[in-house]
Amino acid sequence: MRTTSIPASQIGDAEKPSAPVELLSVRSVAKQFGSNMVLRDISLNIADGEFLSILGESGSGKTTLLRLIAGFERPDSGEIWMGAERLDRLPPYKRRVNTVFQNYALFPHLSVFENVAYSMRVKKTPKNEVSARVEQALAMVKMTVFAQASPSRISGGQQQRVALARALVNRPRLLLLDEPLSALDANLRRQMQLELKALQREVGVAFVFVTHDQEEAMIMSDRIALLRAGMLEQVATPREIYTRPATTYAAQFIGQTNLLQVEVKNHIAECAGMRWATSEPDGPATFSVRPECIVPASSATLTTGVDVVRFHARMLTEVFQGAMQLLQVETASGLRMIVKTAGGKARSGEMDFEFSAADAVSVRNTQRT
Amino acid sequence: MFSRAYKLVVALPPIAWVVLFLLTPYVLLFAYSFWAVTPAQQIVHSWNVQNYAELLRVPVYLHVLLRSVRIAGSVTLLALLLGYPLAYYVSFHAGNRKELLYQLVIIPLWVSYLVRAYAWKTILGSEGVLNTLLQYLHVTRHPQEYLLYSPFAVMLTLVHIYTPFVFLPIYAALEHIPRGLVEASHDLGASPMQTFWRVIVPLSIPGMIAGATFSFVLSLGDFLAPLLVGGPSGIMISNIVVSLFGTAYNWPLGAAISACMMALVLALLFATERLEKKWRFT
Amino acid sequence: MSRNGVAHERPAWLTVHAVAVLGFLYLPIVVLIVYSFNGGGVGGFPPRDLTLNWYQQLAQDSALWDSVLNSLIVALAAMAISIGLGLPAALALDRVSFPGKALFRRLVLLPLILPGIITGLSLLMLVVLIGLKLSLTTIILGHGTALISVATTEIFAGLQKADRAQEEVSLDLGANYWQTFWRVTLPNLKLPIVGAALLIFTLSMDEIAVSFFLIGRDNTLPLEIWSRLRRGMTPEINAVSTIIFVFSLTMIVLWYRLRTRGGEETADIVATAREEMV
Repeated sequence: MRTTSIPASQIGDAEKPSAPVELLSVRSVAKQFGSNMVLRDISLNIADGEFLSILGESGSGKTTLLRLIAGFERPDSGEIWMGAERLDRLPPYKRRVNTVFQNYALFPHLSVFENVAYSMRVKKTPKNEVSARVEQALAMVKMTVFAQASPSRISGGQQQRVALARALVNRPRLLLLDEPLSALDANLRRQMQLELKALQREVGVAFVFVTHDQEEAMIMSDRIALLRAGMLEQVATPREIYTRPATTYAAQFIGQTNLLQVEVKNHIAECAGMRWATSEPDGPATFSVRPECIVPASSATLTTGVDVVRFHARMLTEVFQGAMQLLQVETASGLRMIVKTAGGKARSGEMDFEFSAADAVSVRNTQRT
Repeated sequence: MFSRAYKLVVALPPIAWVVLFLLTPYVLLFAYSFWAVTPAQQIVHSWNVQNYAELLRVPVYLHVLLRSVRIAGSVTLLALLLGYPLAYYVSFHAGNRKELLYQLVIIPLWVSYLVRAYAWKTILGSEGVLNTLLQYLHVTRHPQEYLLYSPFAVMLTLVHIYTPFVFLPIYAALEHIPRGLVEASHDLGASPMQTFWRVIVPLSIPGMIAGATFSFVLSLGDFLAPLLVGGPSGIMISNIVVSLFGTAYNWPLGAAISACMMALVLALLFATERLEKKWRFT
Repeated sequence: MSRNGVAHERPAWLTVHAVAVLGFLYLPIVVLIVYSFNGGGVGGFPPRDLTLNWYQQLAQDSALWDSVLNSLIVALAAMAISIGLGLPAALALDRVSFPGKALFRRLVLLPLILPGIITGLSLLMLVVLIGLKLSLTTIILGHGTALISVATTEIFAGLQKADRAQEEVSLDLGANYWQTFWRVTLPNLKLPIVGAALLIFTLSMDEIAVSFFLIGRDNTLPLEIWSRLRRGMTPEINAVSTIIFVFSLTMIVLWYRLRTRGGEETADIVATAREEMV
């Protein structure tokens, strides 16, 4: 479901620091379970203080990648570095990385307070410091009232906050979150997305957030790492990954798109009677055009000099979504496309449509057809 | 949802049977303890508390009871020391051999008690395997008499019997601990050893209580091991009861001792049940 | 959550301890088996003269085989009683609310948790009161009663896991309670019942404490062995012990396969029994 509001992360785009400091470096990491090659040659850099989402379907390897960074698995090949320290050789209890687990993993035999205090008790931190820091952490996640409660008596959302506090009280350099919102109902999820984003900004710790929900990733992240079948499809900001997807998978996984199979000759892409200029080499290619880039043709654009592609199509179906309309159209040659326009009067019959050639993005086909 | 006829047919037979053949006998045992026996070996239904008075008055009963408690306590402690690390190993460190190892531990449990006690007799005897082995290796020159027919032999036999019994509930409790908790503990900076004491042990306490109770109660009331390997110095409280129902014909007194044992055991079960509830988190 | 167990280091001493304890547990059994082939009889190290003498002697020991037959009769009869009463008891505990339910549950479990001597003596007193003569019948009575809770626990666990909706569908389609019971409920309980039967059988075959007080003229196998042991040790006992061991081994493997096929975790009777008590 696309909304017309601008995702929060893109508002912040303009405020990001100019030179990101590299915090974690994953170098050519691979991992195999039995005969299953879960991760192949993954290289990724995580900047200090950034909110990075690892986005992918189930089986894509995203949780495995997280566990490699956390230390619960060792890579079969490749290295992981944090600053000048080689991380993949260290056990999890020696890494300055903390994790928020999918099912929170709160210790049932300890109170909320003791759960949050756990890492400090282990290090034998003096009592008053423990109290002070735990109270501060609980206040940060608004769970002060529940300090003496038992984890079994608080709700899922509350458990998650405690898990957050427990991980953050440690002052880690990197926080890993393994689909922490997937167990929450939709409303709570929305709320937590915003809260987490705000928290991350406030605390300034780098968050690596694993999710399968592309909308969630788009809302929360500074950058998205799209993972498919153990390989990174694209690593980019939400805006970039949406407007300039690198592959057919990226184009289809995030948002909706029209994939046009074109034939390029002499730097002209041709498809179902449409033509536009491109820098792609000769031969077959695939272009992605977002449905909202296609608009009903208007005479105004003919005079602007912008390279505009026009086509004539018949309306097949129309879905009214309030602010937007989703139209499925078919050209004379049988090409079907999806068009998204502002809602208005009902449309039918045959119409002219157009899109800007600049909105046609060349994408690599990484999927086996 | 179920008709009254169905409920009656289903619930009545077992309840009736249990009342008749379980509740009544236990109550009867209790009643017997208040009766007396004539020198002519006749049970007289005259209600009195003489039997209990005698238990308190004559020192041998308390003496043997204390010894039984000591033996039962030692057996339980040793069974825990042997059984807990084994359960921890099989549950957390056995990898794909876990199922096999579990079955290996269970198997001795199912081999006849008598067979196992008898085996220890053959090992510990003066002509037994252990003694002849020690002499063969020139570690000792004469058979060590104290190995058999002693409280030590009773204890050893009972530890052998009850270690698997203690293993089982501890293993079940350990298996119930979500592995995510161990990972979370490591994630937060605790080493495996710290994780063991701070997370695993507390969560396995109900299993330990269950196993220890079972082992203690059954060791306390055991009469077979003392008869086989205990000798005169290894007599336990149940042996006294057995003889009171046999050659030393005094059923009421035997019933009194049994009633005391039963009261002790029930009190213990009640106490440990509450303790277990307090420590049950998963 | 961890995928394939926890990947942290395994301390060496833990492995040593585990091996040592397993060795301790199997030592007597191994000794028993080895010496059942020992020509020189019981005891003495090292064993020599490999022989099947004792097994041959065993084969001709008619008194022993009589006791085996007695034990089988008792075990099978006890199985029938325990399951015949344990099944309705489990159903009652699962579905029917009746006064004294909690008391009933604990009462049924008592024979498992109390020392056998107490249950044996109590039953002896009842038998004497009724005026029944001590015989195999009284032993069957004892075993059957004491082992009801084994059947109840297993079947109750099976009921808890069963899909209640199936019965409701059956009733909805027109079957009455009896038909539903025979066609839907019972078949779903096949595995727990067989598991319980196996367990009861094995426990009954080895039962001594309760049998000790209820024995008449005919001995069961454990009591036959017991009376011989009182007279002195013979290697023949080793031979029969070895056979009992092999038999128990088969039973437990069977039972375990049955249980894990039913989707159970590796839990045990005692643990579930304790949970029942709580």
